[in-house]
Amino acid sequence: MSATTDPPKDGFQLSQLIYDTRYRSMTIQIVALVLFLLGVGWLLNNAAQNLAALGKPLSFGFLGEAAGYDINQKLIEYNNQMSHGRAALVGVLNTLLVAVLGCILATVLGVFIGVLRLSNNWVVSRLMTVYIESFRNVPVLLWIVLTMAIFIESFPAPRAFRGDNATASMSFWDSVALTNRGLYIPKPEMYSGSMAVVVVFLLSIVGIFVFGSWSRKRQEATGQILPNFWIKLAIFFVPALLVYFLMGRPIGLELPALKGFNFQGGIYMRNSLIALTLALGLYTAAFVAENVRAGIMAVSKGQSEAASALGLSPGRTMNLIILPQALRVIIPPLISQYLNLTKNSSLAIAVGYMDVTGTLGGITLNQTGKEMESLLILMAIYLTISLIISSVMNWYNESVKLRER
Amino acid sequence: MKITTFFGAVAAATMTAGFASAGTLDDVKAKGFLQCGVSTGLTGFSAADANGNWDGFDVAVCRAVAAAVLGDPQAVKFTPTTGKTRFTALASGEIDILARNTTWTFSRDVDLKFTFVGVNYYDGQGFIAPKELGVSSAKDLDGATVCIQTGTTTELNLADFFRTNNISYEPVPIETNAEALQQYLAGACDTYTTDASGLAASRATFENPEDHALLPEIISKEPLGPLVRHGDDQWADIVRWSLNALIAAEELGVTSANVKESAMQAGNNPEINRLLGTEGNLGEQLGLSADFAKNAIAAGGNYGEIFAKNIGESTPIGLARGLNAQWTDGGLIYSPPFR
Repeated sequence: MSATTDPPKDGFQLSQLIYDTRYRSMTIQIVALVLFLLGVGWLLNNAAQNLAALGKPLSFGFLGEAAGYDINQKLIEYNNQMSHGRAALVGVLNTLLVAVLGCILATVLGVFIGVLRLSNNWVVSRLMTVYIESFRNVPVLLWIVLTMAIFIESFPAPRAFRGDNATASMSFWDSVALTNRGLYIPKPEMYSGSMAVVVVFLLSIVGIFVFGSWSRKRQEATGQILPNFWIKLAIFFVPALLVYFLMGRPIGLELPALKGFNFQGGIYMRNSLIALTLALGLYTAAFVAENVRAGIMAVSKGQSEAASALGLSPGRTMNLIILPQALRVIIPPLISQYLNLTKNSSLAIAVGYMDVTGTLGGITLNQTGKEMESLLILMAIYLTISLIISSVMNWYNESVKLRER
Repeated sequence: MKITTFFGAVAAATMTAGFASAGTLDDVKAKGFLQCGVSTGLTGFSAADANGNWDGFDVAVCRAVAAAVLGDPQAVKFTPTTGKTRFTALASGEIDILARNTTWTFSRDVDLKFTFVGVNYYDGQGFIAPKELGVSSAKDLDGATVCIQTGTTTELNLADFFRTNNISYEPVPIETNAEALQQYLAGACDTYTTDASGLAASRATFENPEDHALLPEIISKEPLGPLVRHGDDQWADIVRWSLNALIAAEELGVTSANVKESAMQAGNNPEINRLLGTEGNLGEQLGLSADFAKNAIAAGGNYGEIFAKNIGESTPIGLARGLNAQWTDGGLIYSPPFR
């Protein structure tokens, strides 16, 4: 009877690895790990051998060769004599640009719609439901293509602005041109003395924050509430405008004007950038709105009842009581929406937007025939961008989450 | 010990994989059909009709090869490819032959590891622009917005052309011909550039073709032809000589109307006899039946007939033979002898 519970008398035996529960799970894990590594090794070896058999050994030298193609939207200096690596970098920056713009649009719209969906007004909340359901249940590629098609077909071509009997005209006192090739807006031009205006403007932004914390302390001490919004608005505009006029208007505007085939001057936002940003932003906003709604509904009703019992207005209740608590629920799913948006931006080629998939994973891949290398780099780039986004957002999440004492 | 066996197995598996991809002819015979990569739709060259039947100048090459190998011009499965996906499709073995107005260039032949088996259309890159723009030469296009199919040689030629002439442009990269035409017709680009034959083919589909002009400059040489993977010379030979059979047939006066009759018995022209298999064993040398060329020609006619039917002057596309006339008529179309 006692023999079954006796520990083994002599030392470690190999059979214990399988029959002894103390070691068994470890054995299984090690075997699984070895098998997994062998599987990965086999796949890599197979790929390398097959590529070698095709006469295309793995090499990354093509990144240094001249690209030979042009890119329309470039945030850094680039021409077709520069390398494939440089073209890829131009693409990465374009990807980041559309991702950042899209995330901002999706967040602003998403919060707005999510709050409105909880509105007591039946028409408003139903409208938002229709928006959310129609956007998130149609593939984003279709939205991208549709937005671009609407853009191209419904706005006038630049040549419609030309001649005495032009069929289209510029808006906002001839400063903005909306064509089917994109939006042309004025560009600020800096003359001497403009630095003073910029410095004052930056200082007034610092001032807004200083004022904010002073006002909060004052409110905590005396209980009085200042009209914060209007004062901040005044700090934002008044000093910079004063200096602007005192210095003799050192900042001018470069207006776009029709010259040759296209508008020249000003800032040119291409139709592909606008269409892609809009489509990605509107699509992701539907998901963000649902996250926001879930976050708000997760805050117990007693909180808002307590707030109104204290006499807070609905706006202040939302800003001071509900949203700070809701953010804790909203942030984690919001991270994955940002990641989704960034990854969805790889559909850019559908509208001819030259993101990194279009340059490195498109033209470069096609002209050099380095499929494996290009795709590996492309995956590494997206992985890096995604990891950076999620670590930044995780850091933000840490800062808003409930401090437990 | 076990690991050694494992790597041995891996090596063996890889080697067999290597061998398997070498016998395209056997693969095609085993499948019973030919897999042919074509464009996603370019009228006259390769386009599917309402019933899903593919037709066109490039399609005819695939049908001729299918007829030569399998005896049935309908035994072809067509894979529409874009300028971007075509080479990956061919390199990966998804298609056996690519006939998609693809330009024969050094780097595609050498670096991308493909074999161009010949040229079925001598083309050059041109521009199309609306007449109302008042552009008479491509050199007037300074600052213009240019629509272009991405992943093609035209993209590189365009960059070279504008650089040598020291003028600027705004490229709008587009995936397919249809999307490019949509943007061009809506005025989102001033001009569209691709192979001149493709421009002529596209213009034929416009509502008002006469409002659009092809600019006089041809900025590049674009010899278009079918291609196969490196490493299977027998298969490359089959495709090459199927194409040559069509070209030689025109030169020798063999047409779809008289090919059956001529192939019945040996005539008095030894070259026709060798071509149609009534003399010699050329088909056998290729690993095909003796009448492979007869089947290829019977599929859609000789080169001249295919040209006239799909893109010739009597069609809406209306391309003249020009460079693509037989060498005997002052063109570049020339088949090495069947001997």
